[in-house]
Amino acid sequence: MKKRFAAMLAAVLALSVVLAGCGGSKETKTETTEPAKTETTQPASSEKVTIEYWQYDYKSKTELVNQLIKEFQTANPNITINHVVFPYEQYNEKVAAAVSAGKGPDVINLYYGWLPKYVDSGYLQPLPEDAFPAATIEKEFFPVVKAGQMDGKYYVLPTAVRTLAMLYNVDLFKAANIAEPPKTWDELVDQAKKLTKRDANGQLEQVGFYFNVGGQGHNWFREVLIRQAGGQPQSADYKKIAWSTPEGLKAFKWWVELQTVHKVGEIGFMTDDVTAFKNGKAAMDVDGSFRLGNLKDVPFEFRSAPLPVGPDGKQYTMASFWANGLTKKAQGAQKEAAIKWMKFLTQPDTMERWTKAIGELPARPEVAEKFKDDPKMAGFIQGLPYANATFFVDEVKDRDALTVAVDEVILNGKSTDEALKEAEAKVQKLFDDYWSKRK
Amino acid sequence: MGLKGLTLNQKRTVWAWATLAVPLLFFVIVRMFPALYAMKLSLYDWQFLNDTQPFVGLEHYKTLFQDEVFWKSLKNTFIYVVVGVPAQIAVGISIALLIQKVNKFQGLYRMLYFIPYVTSSVAVAWVWRWIMQEHGGLFNQILMSFGIPAQKLLGSPSQAIYVIIASIVWQGMGFSMVIFLAGLEGIPQTFYEAAEIDGANGWHRFWKITWPLLNPTIVFSALTGTIRYLQVFTEVLNMSSQGQGGPLNSTKSLVLFIYQEAFKSLNLSYASAATAVLFVIILVLTVVQNKVITKKFEY
Repeated sequence: MKKRFAAMLAAVLALSVVLAGCGGSKETKTETTEPAKTETTQPASSEKVTIEYWQYDYKSKTELVNQLIKEFQTANPNITINHVVFPYEQYNEKVAAAVSAGKGPDVINLYYGWLPKYVDSGYLQPLPEDAFPAATIEKEFFPVVKAGQMDGKYYVLPTAVRTLAMLYNVDLFKAANIAEPPKTWDELVDQAKKLTKRDANGQLEQVGFYFNVGGQGHNWFREVLIRQAGGQPQSADYKKIAWSTPEGLKAFKWWVELQTVHKVGEIGFMTDDVTAFKNGKAAMDVDGSFRLGNLKDVPFEFRSAPLPVGPDGKQYTMASFWANGLTKKAQGAQKEAAIKWMKFLTQPDTMERWTKAIGELPARPEVAEKFKDDPKMAGFIQGLPYANATFFVDEVKDRDALTVAVDEVILNGKSTDEALKEAEAKVQKLFDDYWSKRK
Repeated sequence: MGLKGLTLNQKRTVWAWATLAVPLLFFVIVRMFPALYAMKLSLYDWQFLNDTQPFVGLEHYKTLFQDEVFWKSLKNTFIYVVVGVPAQIAVGISIALLIQKVNKFQGLYRMLYFIPYVTSSVAVAWVWRWIMQEHGGLFNQILMSFGIPAQKLLGSPSQAIYVIIASIVWQGMGFSMVIFLAGLEGIPQTFYEAAEIDGANGWHRFWKITWPLLNPTIVFSALTGTIRYLQVFTEVLNMSSQGQGGPLNSTKSLVLFIYQEAFKSLNLSYASAATAVLFVIILVLTVVQNKVITKKFEY
């Protein structure tokens, strides 16, 4: 009995080891979720080309793209587009699996922050200069699309962009007799103090300003507050982190003091900023334009305003975007078709429909003009001309470093200078590792 | 060699192997193969989309053992096990003993205590998160009504992990109770009667009869509990801010660390190294536990 058991165990282990050993060339994934595929009818004409377009699954985006595909295929009867979507959480995994299996899309929609990884692996090819001349891009799009460049070449082009602005609850402002949202750092503090309410036990009932690091807080600090204090988040070549300059330290101190000194906000209040704002418990919240989708049915009036200016009196905001790029798979006739599709996706008419249907902001100034008077979008749109997109090596770890720094100050009483310097060292190491590998 | 020439016994053996082969194959492909493949992956440098994956040997392990977040996650995971497993067993035994004593509505009580176990962990995590809100949460309101100041709970690096453990114990108590109810059924009443006649009080009866004779159940509960708590993930992801395992990495478990490295930072082979370490830990702890706490009692 024991001998047989031992033999069986040996057989099982041997089988597994053999399978594991040849795992590199074997198709291994057991897919339990099927991606949602949308295929339209094949037109009967010669020289048929089929290209594949991948996006992450977001209902309004998927629906609009399906509609756009129909129209594009009518205008280009010899091109068929396979639209494949995946749940956001699995997006990168699916791409990685497809690449290693030699399959995948010709045109791919990806987050600009992933560009370093995608470009360095050789997966994306640069956009051809003749089809997408840099001079034209710079003339017709907002400057922030420069973040779609690597090594001076454009790899991705966005249809839509997201920026940060100050969302504020007009009803709460009226109740506190405040007419306009804050225009400066000082006004922000004063107004937030008036809008913060606590009960008899000192428990917060309403925060004047939602203070957080996760969410958009860290982006506000990096791209806006540091610059407003006179500094820069990074060197121009994206190699050196510059948080611990006197200006950066000043910005960090002002930021954290919103909770520690002025007590106008608290991390984790009502679990997160969206929940607090939606329930009318946060009067102001720095958030992205993508938040407007969640706030469609709130029972109070709210608007967006440009972020308050700081000591240097200038306006800044942070932008991010999902953009379309060409994968190395697109060659020959497929590349031509892919380029046509990409142009269609980034033309003004498409952008206008995108903004109306999905709420993301247009990447072209001529289209953004049409939406600048919408009270909810105004604050976000105003920031487009001067928005900056941060270069991230690892966005999650970057954000985590700042989260830990702020927590160290709030929970462990560390000095803001020391906490920020430690965070900077962590992120600098990430950047150093990244740049040294690239040589 | 056809099947004709085999004896009845041999034919039955072949049949047994044939039917076992299907789930065995499934088990090997879905469970063992990915685990071993992940370990192989940890020896290479898989940069996400690259065509080639250079062999780097034990480099990831070297980096891993110098990663302070890894060590914090490991320490946290041990806290989850060392606090959670005994708590789970204690709560399970207590409820089982109490239910055994009840005459009426035993079925109702069993059902009520079991309901948390069949509830979605995510739902449980979020409801607990709301109850444990520092401002306005039910728990703090109750504390304050007793004159105890409001606590930071999930916002405190020292308290958060215990709040999460409490929610996991609460959710698992029904299952634990069922196991121990079954275990208690296996203890003959005659032992208790004999002990009572000999003058043993409740405390003695528990420690000298119940506890030793429950040993197999306790071992089972401890083993499965250890394996479960070593892999805690869902509760941490849903009860910490942004799913980061904070505040200050105080609740981050090893599996959350692996998940973040693999799917957020896209360091797949680095995460595989951590997975291999976790595998070894689970294996060692399970074997050791099995040997150490298994005791045979015969009366």
